[in-house]
Amino acid sequence: MTRTLTLFRFLLAIMLAGFALGARAQLSIEITGAGASRFPVIIPIFEHEGQLPNSVTDVVRADLDRSGLFSLVDLGPLALPESVMPDLPAMRGRGADAVLTGSVIAQGSGRYEVRFRLFDTQTQLELGAMALPMTAAQNRLVGHRIADFVYEKLTGQPGYFSTRIAYVVKSGPNFELQVADADGMNAATALRSREPIISPAWSPDGQRLAYVSFEQKKPIIYVHTLATGQRRVVSNFKGSNSAPTWSPDGSQLAVVLTKDGQSQLYVLNADGSGVRRLATSSGIDTEPFWGRDSNIYFTSDRGGSPQIYRISAGGGSAQRVTFDGNYNVSPRLSADGKLLAFITRNAGRFQVAVQDLASRQTTILTDSARDESPSFAPNGRMILYATESGGRGVLSAVSSDGRIKQRLTVKAADVREPAWGPQPRQ
Amino acid sequence: MKKLAIPALLSLILAACSSTGPTDTAAQVEDRSGTGVATVTADSAAGSGIAALTDPNNILSKRSVFFDFDSYVIQPEAKPLIEAHARFLVQNPQMKMLIQGNTDERGSREYNLALGQKRADVVKQALLLLGARESQIESVSLGEEKPRCDAPTEACFAENRRGDMLYSGEF
Repeated sequence: MTRTLTLFRFLLAIMLAGFALGARAQLSIEITGAGASRFPVIIPIFEHEGQLPNSVTDVVRADLDRSGLFSLVDLGPLALPESVMPDLPAMRGRGADAVLTGSVIAQGSGRYEVRFRLFDTQTQLELGAMALPMTAAQNRLVGHRIADFVYEKLTGQPGYFSTRIAYVVKSGPNFELQVADADGMNAATALRSREPIISPAWSPDGQRLAYVSFEQKKPIIYVHTLATGQRRVVSNFKGSNSAPTWSPDGSQLAVVLTKDGQSQLYVLNADGSGVRRLATSSGIDTEPFWGRDSNIYFTSDRGGSPQIYRISAGGGSAQRVTFDGNYNVSPRLSADGKLLAFITRNAGRFQVAVQDLASRQTTILTDSARDESPSFAPNGRMILYATESGGRGVLSAVSSDGRIKQRLTVKAADVREPAWGPQPRQ
Repeated sequence: MKKLAIPALLSLILAACSSTGPTDTAAQVEDRSGTGVATVTADSAAGSGIAALTDPNNILSKRSVFFDFDSYVIQPEAKPLIEAHARFLVQNPQMKMLIQGNTDERGSREYNLALGQKRADVVKQALLLLGARESQIESVSLGEEKPRCDAPTEACFAENRRGDMLYSGEF
């Protein structure tokens, strides 16, 4: 409940800060591959939902359907009130393994409460219930929260429907750094520029983005507070400043600088102070990713071809992590530290791969040719990445087992450099 | 900016030369004519040099050093070009050069940014070895962000994998 209110205040702050919300072309998501076995659920329309201008149920259904893990069993226009125990054997008879019941209750002054319950039709047990306050304008926000609830109860992992993504849109000579909900809706532009913007990285609290902007004709790193639009240059040394990644506690950034020669790794405080060198190599070191395991994963050509290495965030010697092929770049670690996603060149094609760090088993997840910039959902189930389709940049997502595939497109624009944001703050 | 830079540079040279005039007094009549000639010579040297930079028949009009995929090794065929520009920089110490490293659009943007820097750096190193001064040359990378050629073809990729040598007033 408090989480929803905090989120609401945050969104309100964004709107008051003058974000161009919703006016532009939205990302649209198309499912291009689904899980082998989808979990059948019944999500009837919530009782009294007609009093809201926009549906909550539709948002819940769309989220779960798009995840590729669930199939929706249609019950027609029938509502199942939250206060009434549904006929679970009958629901089971219709092929559903779970049923979500819900009601929208008006509370006056434009406020509502959404109450919902989830049941397992096999065990005939209730899996959980919740009540969320909302205004009519919050149907998407609340829908995502309910979808997260269902996802977590049925898969055992947190959902990602309330998260946000950042990406760069290039249209003609213009570059825009945009932020949208994970379903591509509510796109807002954080920065417009005539020069390239690359490498957005979310702060762990989801309030700020670090990125590289060429607006001063060279790569400089900025930290941008989304709600206020306030920007600060955190790294503008001689030469190039690029590839920011946040420490898990948000207090520091690892970056790549050429101030002492070629591209090398440095660490600095999030306000730009206290720069210090992290590693020294004879080749290119770049693309650091600061994992929650306190290792920094990065790309280096010190061995003759670009490969992924890791080094303790405190320094020390680097260990090589990838060995297959001669081009492995853009490492990203899952939140649980078990999977490393990266881009590998496979017979001339650049594809998303994951390595199980314990078994060292590497799996290529895509069959496309121009993949870049992988980024894990906070729960580690999905990987967002940039690729090319029909001669322009699009965003795609693939599950970390490679089974579920989605494509996100903005019409008539080139989309690139995606970064999946953290779970919203509680 | 682009148009102003070379005249500004020339007026700076002229101002520097004429300022030597008033400080010498007695024997300066002959000397001054000598200085005048020197000025003209310096001017014409710079002038002919600048003309050479844009003369399509002069090797100096060529500015790009090309590279293989994921490589920052200068190919043997680029050596005459780099030698010509090194000679020009030695003969025209007032000229400054910006080297922009570029890559094709494949692979990681950040790795390409670093690769473009390496390409710019190796061209700079080659020019320094041939006598150009550190203070004359700056190397930067544009990575894959400013492609000269936009199509996803092998020919375009090859065209984009290069270091460009630009002189004052050209960047």
